[in-house]
Amino acid sequence: MKVAMTVNGTLESHDVEARTLLVDYLRNVVGLTGTNIGCDTTSCGACTVLLNGQSVKSCTVLAAQAAGDDITTIEGLALEDGRLNPVQQAFQECHGLQCGYCTPGMVMAITSLLTENPHPTEEDVRVGLEGNLCRCAGYHNIVASALAASGVVEMHQ
Amino acid sequence: MIPASFDYVRAESVDEAIGLLSEHGDDAKLLAGGHSLLPLMKLRLAQPAMLIDIGHLRELSYVKEEKGYVCVGALTRHHDLANSLVARASAPVLAHVAGQIGDPQVRHRGTIGGSIAHGDPASDLPAALLALGGSLVVQGPNGIREIDANDFFLSFFEVALTPEEVLIEVRVPRSEGQWGFEKLTKRAMDWAIVGALAVRTSNGVGVALINMGPVPMHARAVEAALASGANASDAAQHAAEGTEPSADFNGSVAYRRHVAKVLVGRALKTAGV
Repeated sequence: MKVAMTVNGTLESHDVEARTLLVDYLRNVVGLTGTNIGCDTTSCGACTVLLNGQSVKSCTVLAAQAAGDDITTIEGLALEDGRLNPVQQAFQECHGLQCGYCTPGMVMAITSLLTENPHPTEEDVRVGLEGNLCRCAGYHNIVASALAASGVVEMHQ
Repeated sequence: MIPASFDYVRAESVDEAIGLLSEHGDDAKLLAGGHSLLPLMKLRLAQPAMLIDIGHLRELSYVKEEKGYVCVGALTRHHDLANSLVARASAPVLAHVAGQIGDPQVRHRGTIGGSIAHGDPASDLPAALLALGGSLVVQGPNGIREIDANDFFLSFFEVALTPEEVLIEVRVPRSEGQWGFEKLTKRAMDWAIVGALAVRTSNGVGVALINMGPVPMHARAVEAALASGANASDAAQHAAEGTEPSADFNGSVAYRRHVAKVLVGRALKTAGV
């Protein structure tokens, strides 16, 4: 079937099987491999992308369901001149990653969280990241990155 | 993991969805947010030949108050119910429970109707419907009917919808009374190993249990004990009566029966009973 959606601002249109998962569509059809597949069972959050601005686990969405929608992946966050967005920048500055596998999902989940709650408390961040697992258990600096990014967003407002 | 092949069709109206269900019968399944159905399909525990996607029917996404009831459209996302000002003011327990389902990503995508129609005894919302005395509005080829929540959950993953019917709305009486909600999970996003909900309503105290049998259920013995004047801690000792929990890697039957008493006791205390 024909599936068309906007991915990082570009209209994508492809013939895919109805059973194609959004994460496989993004990685294998569109060619954006920044979104990782972790557990593949809606648990770990590594595959988190934004669907119409909200975080979703793309292993549990059909590409067909997202037809007509607006998808943002980790590749779509950096500014046009290549500078990192505030969440990415905060991850770099706060050393918010160890092995890096969960990082794209963490960054997308935090981007969604900060959109809904621009000034979260530490508890807000920890609860807001319940859907993202870090097998390095590097949560301390991930939470610090989210809080730092909220501060940066605040400074720029 | 990739689901088995199926035909996909996007319904543009409830009537079209009912027509497709009538035409394709048991071969077809409704798809809303997909957060109950797609995981089963990926594990090949479900292999419908056709998915009828109703996830884009925005007319079924609303929370409103009408004649003393809070009415939630079946395609309302958990996130939207949790953050609804109407729900927070007039049925805060319902908003709270919606906000405890899964995790933020799941709540952005999963729908109220999809979760309830799935009939999973481990899901959270049915407990709120039972404790609040809610009902479900369903539409089929012969029109609309309303089903009491007590009559909706028939057996394990089986609900009172006929194959051609679509769940379109969930209703609970306006309820501002104190409540307590307790859920035991190993990871935050998991289904409840056991859950308990207590809410003070105009008809007394409603108490419901999660994952303590093949269907979501009232803690009838607790409700009866409270109605006859027992205090909260004595009433909570009756929490496991009439339940049929199953054993799995999360806990034995005896463990679940014990946890039910503890959680009901906590929920009653939080509800100020």
